[in-house]
Amino acid sequence: MAIEGFVALYIFMLAGFVGFEVISRVPVILHTPLMSGSNFVHGIVIVGAMVVLGHAETVTEQIIGFIAVILGAGNAVGGYVVTERMLEMFKSKDEKKGAEK
Amino acid sequence: MSWFVQLSYLLAAVLFIFGLKAMSSPRTARKGIIWAGFGMVLATLVTFLHPDIHGVSNYILIVIGIAVAGVLAWWSGRRVAMTEMPQMVALYNGMGGGAAAAIAAVEMLRALRMLPDDLQARAASLAEESGLSVAAAEAALRAEGAASGSIAAALGADVTVLAILGALIGTVAFSGSLIAWAKLDGRMQRNSLVPAQQIVNVVVFALAVIFGIMTFFTDSVAIVVIFFALGLLFGVFVAVPIGGADMPVIISLFNALTGLAVAFEGYAIGNPAMIIAGTVVGAAGTLLTQLMAKAMNRSIANVLFAGFGTTVQASSEGPEGEMQDVSAEDAGIMMAFADKVVIVPGYGMAVAQAQHKIWELVELLQGRGVDVKFAIHPVAGRMPGHMNVLLAEAGVPYDMIFDMEEINEEFATTDVAVVIGANDVVNPAAKNDPSSPIFGMPILDVDAAENVLVIKRGKGTGFSGVENALFFSENTRMVFGDGQKVAGAMVQAVKGL
Repeated sequence: MAIEGFVALYIFMLAGFVGFEVISRVPVILHTPLMSGSNFVHGIVIVGAMVVLGHAETVTEQIIGFIAVILGAGNAVGGYVVTERMLEMFKSKDEKKGAEK
Repeated sequence: MSWFVQLSYLLAAVLFIFGLKAMSSPRTARKGIIWAGFGMVLATLVTFLHPDIHGVSNYILIVIGIAVAGVLAWWSGRRVAMTEMPQMVALYNGMGGGAAAAIAAVEMLRALRMLPDDLQARAASLAEESGLSVAAAEAALRAEGAASGSIAAALGADVTVLAILGALIGTVAFSGSLIAWAKLDGRMQRNSLVPAQQIVNVVVFALAVIFGIMTFFTDSVAIVVIFFALGLLFGVFVAVPIGGADMPVIISLFNALTGLAVAFEGYAIGNPAMIIAGTVVGAAGTLLTQLMAKAMNRSIANVLFAGFGTTVQASSEGPEGEMQDVSAEDAGIMMAFADKVVIVPGYGMAVAQAQHKIWELVELLQGRGVDVKFAIHPVAGRMPGHMNVLLAEAGVPYDMIFDMEEINEEFATTDVAVVIGANDVVNPAAKNDPSSPIFGMPILDVDAAENVLVIKRGKGTGFSGVENALFFSENTRMVFGDGQKVAGAMVQAVKGL
């Protein structure tokens, strides 16, 4: 599916507003997990890396495409693991008491 | 099958946005990352069905790449210490930027490879129409100039512009993040690589832009290679002069940049999931970067283009009076008999690994009926919100941790404010000394508390090199020593009561 000029501009604009809106309500205490979470989300670059490696036809293209896949997968998996680890630690007083009982 | 792939991408984008939204509350945050993770797995799996992917060797390479990088990243992410989280995020972020740049590189090489075919095909059809020989038709097309071929002619102007922009941003985010990682990890201390670094940076950036424009019109691989090399070089040069305390701003900025690069390359290869996810991250990261810069009372340009500390004026006089010190035991007992204690941790606490002992102390104090709260400055730690993560790791519930805006008014009713491993963020000079380099930076109003305890390794100044008048104040007592040992002695003193 090709996304033509102006439609893409609308997508850029709307997604930009969504990004601002979603983040503006995040409390300061969650800024680190949030940054690492958004870091994980741009790991979606892995699908693009897969496609360019997938249609590579010369060795040079394959090498660069392979690097792209390696880097993209590292971004996505690493970003997920550290974010999940951090969020797992955030507990309220009530949750802590519940866990101790 | 294409509609199935597209529909899955749409679903993944929805999951990403819902996931990020769920992260806006500590209660739902964990669910949020799991939703987003599910979206990522879905998008990756359906991409194997993408109609553009073909060739057995390519499929094998994809699987190997994901498996190798996935295992390594999983392993490194599992074992990294919470204090080292900023450099890890910088590293993963750089990888994303590098992947976006690599995508652009492959697309440009493909375009260049197809150019001769394109020209020959057009020459053949022209030869048929006009009755010229193929060679003559080709020569005629070349003479017209436009037909000599360029990346833009092969990919289309819009795609080429965004691919080039994404490549530039991606390369800068890649090499810049790697430098940020090296600096945060203590592998690199230098603040300049060449003389007159700032001027060189401007020149390199200008060259990168010029070669970016040339890439649009070129049919030469060499130009493209130079363009990518300049982008990488600029990323290195821009990150090298950034000081340690500015890192929260710069990591956040690179995160936003990578998001943008991913969005642009998403347009270049017609992938809506990348456009949406990348743009959302770009916007979110920009907002976060602004918040960070505001908390330090500096503009983003100032962080990028001015070395901190160069503005320190020799004329600013040191505060008068003597520091008064107190033993850790007496300080502990002082807290035990207070009604309300507010603890202000800084990165120094994490360096001393004192957070676990501090939490032990807090639990003892709470057992005695003392009202204890934690106050966190927005730039405490090495990335936004880093201190909250370190406290959470030590077991501190998040509802005991308060932001600067929430707690500043409460210092006036606080019996004992305890500053541990923090300096500049509690320096009253930021409020009342216009000649101070940190003047105007919002601070925690610790000096309003009835008593202030400062746990500090030695008598040196903070990162900005400014003396802290708070330490010389009438109601301040200094507790000198290693944070962890001091906290341990306090625990013993309170237990002994």
